[in-house]
Amino acid sequence: MASVHETDQAGPTTRPVMSVERGKRYWRENLTLMAILLAIWFAVSFGAGILFRDVLDQFSIGGAPLGFWFAQQGSIYVFVVLIFVYSALMHRMEQRMAKELDQG
Amino acid sequence: MDILGLSPTLFWTAFFVISSFGLYIAIAVWARAGTTNDFYVAGHDVHPVFNGMATAADWMSAASFLSMAGLVAFMGYDGSVFLMGWTGGYVLLALLLAPYLRKFGKFTVPDFVGDRYYSHAARIVAVICALFISFTYIAGQMRGVGIAFTNFLNVPIEAGVIIGAIIVLFYATLGGMKGITYTQVAQYCVLIFAFMVPAIFLSLQITGSPIPQLGFIGNAQDGTPLLQKLDTTMTDLGFQPYTEGAKAMIDVFAITLALMVGTAGLPHVIIRFFTVPTASDARKSAGWALVFIAILYTTAPAVAVFARSNFIETVNESEYSVDVRRGEVTADSLGEDATPQWFYNWERAGLLGFTDKNDDGRIQYRADAEANEVTTLDRDIFVLANPEIGNLPSWVIGLVVAGGLAAALSTAAGLLMVISSAVSHDLCRKVLFRGMSDTQELLVARLAAVGAVVVAIYAGINPPGFVAAVVAFAFGLAAASFFPAIFLGIFWKRMNKEGAIAGMATGLVLTGIYIVHFKIGFGSGVIGACALLGALAFAVLYFGTRDRGDGTRGSMGFAAGGVGLAVIGLLGLVGLMPSFGAGVESEWFLGISPEGFGTVGMIVSFVVSIGVALLTSAPPQDVQDLVEEIRIPSVDQPAVTGPAPAPAE
Repeated sequence: MASVHETDQAGPTTRPVMSVERGKRYWRENLTLMAILLAIWFAVSFGAGILFRDVLDQFSIGGAPLGFWFAQQGSIYVFVVLIFVYSALMHRMEQRMAKELDQG
Repeated sequence: MDILGLSPTLFWTAFFVISSFGLYIAIAVWARAGTTNDFYVAGHDVHPVFNGMATAADWMSAASFLSMAGLVAFMGYDGSVFLMGWTGGYVLLALLLAPYLRKFGKFTVPDFVGDRYYSHAARIVAVICALFISFTYIAGQMRGVGIAFTNFLNVPIEAGVIIGAIIVLFYATLGGMKGITYTQVAQYCVLIFAFMVPAIFLSLQITGSPIPQLGFIGNAQDGTPLLQKLDTTMTDLGFQPYTEGAKAMIDVFAITLALMVGTAGLPHVIIRFFTVPTASDARKSAGWALVFIAILYTTAPAVAVFARSNFIETVNESEYSVDVRRGEVTADSLGEDATPQWFYNWERAGLLGFTDKNDDGRIQYRADAEANEVTTLDRDIFVLANPEIGNLPSWVIGLVVAGGLAAALSTAAGLLMVISSAVSHDLCRKVLFRGMSDTQELLVARLAAVGAVVVAIYAGINPPGFVAAVVAFAFGLAAASFFPAIFLGIFWKRMNKEGAIAGMATGLVLTGIYIVHFKIGFGSGVIGACALLGALAFAVLYFGTRDRGDGTRGSMGFAAGGVGLAVIGLLGLVGLMPSFGAGVESEWFLGISPEGFGTVGMIVSFVVSIGVALLTSAPPQDVQDLVEEIRIPSVDQPAVTGPAPAPAE
């Protein structure tokens, strides 16, 4: 383990090389997914909890004004869901890439 | 009722504190670190769920545990900035940073900055930012430990700080990241249990629902919605309605964004994601971390509403008894109208204070300072007094104290790791003394941890008067320096070292000046202290970049800048620099408070980074390849990015 510094590096030569085109496609899909999820992230926190709070406060969930509820509860639940959705979809995409890679 | 000659509360507190400390030490002995790989990244083989728990404990400090619910209780809607700000950052972390930094596969954040920007100057700037952020934070944690010991175990604050510091030091230096990870898992369990038990009982008592999150939107015992009732009561007493804030919308927006981005850029959080096996695990782990954090963060606003409602209901207009104050009788023996017993207990501890301004023998709690008789109201009371408000047995109080200590110690340990790795790995091995072996590096890492603890003990015993300012600074700094540099480093291949250095430096200086100006003001001594810190930074830059032939020009500039700043610093400390008073609220830029200014700093940092990068040459091909490389998914992974190092050539 003495040479951890030199060897722990993930150099391009030590792994299966993904074709340039496939890599680009993966990256594009990843960016699209990210953009969608970040739009939701923005909408539930800055949108529902801050910018449009007064509009949403006209409605209520249980005994709480809706905009206020989003700012103190709802946005947090959505954040958790967003990360797991991203994680699952990326995992599926990576599995697919790996399969295509095996098939050449 | 006494057990072993101690009051039950004291006995149970001592019991939980001592046994939880024993547990942490046992875990540390079990998880000793033998290699730098173990020490810095726990061998890259922590399970994502465990890492999620450890991250949650790492992240939730004494302030999250003890003060946040109280803060929200006082601020009402405005408290949402903390709730959203300190959770939303994990979305940014999971989507934008963590998987790529893990894929990069190194030990520290400055490692990434230094390699991605092929520059020692960039690495040193990152080390300085990391050290500054971590020291800022750790001082607050040690202080929290000291206060818990003083209030609950009748130990002098100095002794409390030192005991806490020695425990952290013991398991951090012995086990490194490996020891810290598993102690943090245990600490998470302690702290969440300690937070939830009183919250559940409080919820049952006030709303009849055992789930605080449902109680939050539920009805009070009289059938009206709890929040609506609280709004009405607060308006009657002259306060702002609870569900309406006092802050301007732009400020709420800016603070929330600064806290989110700052969270994503904090080095002690980022390094936790270096410990899992793959990039895919890093994403999953961020999700688990947020689940564990969300349990506390969605309960805290509920506790805030329960505690504030209950406080007004039981304390306001209640009959205060001097006999109870003296301890001659207990409040329970008096009538319905009497001030509750816990009020007296915490009044003795100094967290509550009552002055009978109108001599009617009752407590009037009002917004108007002239009429308000609750003259001291510490926000921590809203968590600390909960077990008593809920009439829970005295062992629950002991549990809450152990939980608060767990929160403080786990965060302190994570910060200690950042400090120790920044000094040993980034500063010493990569910059100043390149020939170091693994064994020497580990020794330096452990010594650096000892040094950091000594500073933290000092800062915990003699807290700098501007703690509030430095905490705002830590987030502003992370938002305005680390986040743009790391984000652009991953998502923009054209980003180069000139852009990164210019962006980090601008974000740091601009945010720093704004916060210092509005929080403490530029007195002569403050100018001097800032200049001396700058001089120190320039000295490290000078020694770190000279004669390396890595294309960093301007070593003489660093030397001249360092000397210049040192002179200004000395003049400032002896009072020879001009003094400027602190700025006032009406002068805020666009109405944005210092806490929210990190958002502005971040935008400026992005603009400067991109502008400078476009004006200078593109990064070398191998760096562009590196960026390409970290974006590609980890197909086929365990064998390649797993704990075992790949063959060298």
